[in-house]
This record gives sequence, C-alpha cells and structure tokens, in this order.
Amino acid sequence: MTDGSDRGRNETERNRSDASMTAPDLEAWFVREVLPLEPALMQFFRRSLHNRADADDLCQDVYVRVCEAAQKEMPHPVAPFVFAVARNLLINRVRRDQIVPIEAVADLDALGISFDEPGPDRSAMARQELRRLQAALDQLPRRCREAVLLRKLEGLSYREISARMGISEDTVSEYLTNGMYALADFLHAEPAGGKP
Amino acid sequence: MDAASMQSARDVRTQAAAWLERRQRPGWSEADQTEFDAWLAQSLANRTAFWRVNDAWARADRLRALGHPIQPEKTTEPRSPMPLFLKFAAGIAIVAVMSAGYLAYSAKASERSYSTDIGGRELITFVDGTRIELNTDTVLRTRMTTRERTVWLDKGEAYFRVKHDPAHPFIVYAGVGRVTDLGTAFLVRRSAGSLKVALLEGRVRLGEASGDGASRSALLRPGDEATTTGRSIVVKHEAKDALENETSWRHGMLAFKYTPLSAAVAEFNRYNRQKLVIADPAVARLTIYGTFPTDDVEAFVDVTKHVLRLHVKNSGDDIVISR
Repeated sequence: MTDGSDRGRNETERNRSDASMTAPDLEAWFVREVLPLEPALMQFFRRSLHNRADADDLCQDVYVRVCEAAQKEMPHPVAPFVFAVARNLLINRVRRDQIVPIEAVADLDALGISFDEPGPDRSAMARQELRRLQAALDQLPRRCREAVLLRKLEGLSYREISARMGISEDTVSEYLTNGMYALADFLHAEPAGGKP
Repeated sequence: MDAASMQSARDVRTQAAAWLERRQRPGWSEADQTEFDAWLAQSLANRTAFWRVNDAWARADRLRALGHPIQPEKTTEPRSPMPLFLKFAAGIAIVAVMSAGYLAYSAKASERSYSTDIGGRELITFVDGTRIELNTDTVLRTRMTTRERTVWLDKGEAYFRVKHDPAHPFIVYAGVGRVTDLGTAFLVRRSAGSLKVALLEGRVRLGEASGDGASRSALLRPGDEATTTGRSIVVKHEAKDALENETSWRHGMLAFKYTPLSAAVAEFNRYNRQKLVIADPAVARLTIYGTFPTDDVEAFVDVTKHVLRLHVKNSGDDIVISR
C-alpha cells in the first residue's frame, strides 16, 4: 500500500517537473515541501548565529535559492537538497564573518534532523496543530490577539472589530498585520514536533 | 541572484504581511491588485515571504473549523487566575487600609512580611494603588511610613506597579542594589550575588544598596534591563516583547524564544519541586521556543522528548534529560 502511494506520488512529481512549473504549482510545492522544514532550518542556523535576524535572512536566502532551482528542475527528495543549500549559505556566511569554527556548521546529525518522509498520524497532527495555534495566539500582545480572534473566530468585518474594540479601522489594520507577521513566525519557525 | 533578497527578511516579511492584510481590507481595487502583482513579480523573496504568511493565516482558520473554545478576552484588567487569589488580594487590601489608618496617627513604622512557596504567586495591593506581585519562592518585606515607602526583596522576584508620589519615595532594596521609583512599572529579580531590574514603564534609578545620592547609579528608561553585582551595573536595551516575556509569569506562563535548554530548565526549576536535570552539556545548548504554563513540567518534557528527541528519565525526585 505504501509502495503504491509512493509510486503515485513520484509519478505526479515527474509529470510536474517535465513541464515548467506554473506559479501556483511552485507555491503549493513550496508550502507543502519546503515551509515545514523551517523549524529545523532555524534551529540549524541558530546554533551558529546568535542573532535571530541573521538566521531569518539566511532562511529567506535558502527559500529563494531552492525555488530558483525548483523552477528549473524539481529537487527530489526535497529535504536533503534544502539542507545542502542551507549548509552552503551558512558556511559562506560563517567564513565571511568568522563567527564560529567551521566544524560547528557541519554538525547536522547532532540536531537529530531527520530526512525521513514524515508518516503523519492525522489525528495527532490535528491536535498538535491546535496546540500550536493556541501557543501562537498566546504569544500575541493582548489587543492584537483580540483583533485576530474577532476576525478569525467570529468572522467580523473591519468596521465591526473597530466598533467592538473601540479603536479606529486603521488600528484594526495594524493589529491584524502584526498578528499575521507574528503567527507566520510562530507557526513556521517554532519547532513543530512532526515526529517521523 | 534576486536583487530583493538583499533586503532583510524582516523587511520583506513585514511587506508581505502588510499586503495580505491590505488585500482583505474592504475596497481592494483593480489598481491595488496591479500594484500587488508587481510587488510579487519583483522577486522570489517577496513571493516566498507572501506564501509563508498566507499559509499561516489560512491555517489559523482551523480555529473556527474545529470549533475551538477559546474566546477573546474582555478588554478590562487581565484575568485573575483563580478566585482564591482574588480573595487573598482583597484580604491584603483590607489589611493595607487598616494599617494606613494607623499610619495617619503615627509615623511609626509598619513592617509586614509576605512570601510565596515554590510555584506560588501572590498579589499585594496597597491603599495608594501600588501593586506588588510576588513570583515563585519569594520573600518580601514592606515598611510604609508617612515619610517613605520601603520594600526589601529578601529572595526571589517581584513585579512592581508603583503610584508615584514625590512626597513618599518608593525604594526597593534587593541584596546588592537599590531601586528608587520615579513613576513606574518594573521587575526586580534577586539571585545569588546579583540583581536584575527590568523597566517596563516610567523611570527608576538603580544604585548600590549602601550608597547615598552621590554613589554609582543608573537611570533606566523603558525597555532597559540592568544587572548589577554590586561592583558594576550593566544596562542593555531589550525589545518590548522580550520584556513582556519576562513578566509572563504574572499570567502563569513561561515564554521562551530560542532560549538555551539549560536556561529554560533553570526557569522551570524555580517553579517546581520536581527538578529537571540536564545530564549532557551538548543538550544544554539546544534552544527552545514556546510558551508553557509554569506548573506544567510535563508539557515541557513532552517538547524535549518529541521535538528535540531527547531521552527523558523520570526518577520521582528529578527528571533527567539526556541524549
């Protein structure tokens, strides 16, 4: 059964990489295959870089390089390719800035980063996802969280949120923008615990 | 290589979030769409940043789909964690009212002592509106006279929200240091040989415990976090949310952002009798990101086990974490 689905999957992948990938394809692929690696990537970078912003920048560079490559030919399997790119970028960076001995960079295994395909237990993943969302919301500033919940849970319009919270619609915009930024950081960069 | 990837990730992500937000605002026009398409077309950095934030925002929709029970909080004061806690605060307020009445007739010192156990947290409210919140394992004494308000932090950590009154200075003595309030909310944490002060609002002056006006001192601004060993004062400026993380215990939570496991474990151990022990220095250097209830060691252990894939052994008295 696993064999069958794997074959099916490889089939689609091959078909897709035959034609040049359209933008929606690239997006779907990026979200499905690359984004889930962000916690591991960040953990990898953060061992050598003490500044969060530097790690974020490298992560952005990895995404750009990986997508550039994917536009020409779909890498398969994805994770080892992404980490090879990550390691090269990090080594360049570390050499340039003389941050840490190079040996520290090569230490991928020590992180326990696994390149196995995740064999997800769906219900556990749903629970996990909820816990993550809860944690992500918890770390938003109170008013910002309130605006996000009114929008997401109650589906209120900007005008309704503004009336409910007693703030201008511009402030609603501001809270939602900040909320989006923070949720993305938390949901993507924080270790997920996707256990293989 | 993409020219735009020269921009910092933070800038690009901020733009991406702003676009996502703008797109759902009422009145999104054809012209807006054109401008947005152009921004996307500019670079892969822009596109990946947008996909990233868009995916997170879409995932948050599951809150509704799964009928998640969380509700927006009321916009009044932060919720008190338990009725008992409220009762305690009310009791203290009454005591404080009574001693204030006493003070009106006498300049004699009224000294009181407060303490919390490991895992405990308590709020003291004074008649003048000043509030002190004691964190875990803390001992604190107050002396309120008609001339000045003095607090000794003998052990542990406390958060102060002081009603400023130039006629009645508010001073906190904590081991090697002394904090003088100049209108303020601040956090004082005392540990062996050092004292840390984080200023959230207003102004405070941090000086030597024994010093007079002329001695070494530092005037802190909001966002400053100062550490003193008695011989020196080091002040660094922290981002607002970093300081808010440090006061997350006031809501019963511990927040970690890429905190080394060793530091996170030390934090947890302040709140719980069953101690976490790290058996391997390599493990201590791993970092952790997340928010945990102060009393939920299990949630924390779960993360070390399943996310960091470490080995955890519970021996009753302590929990040993190793590779």
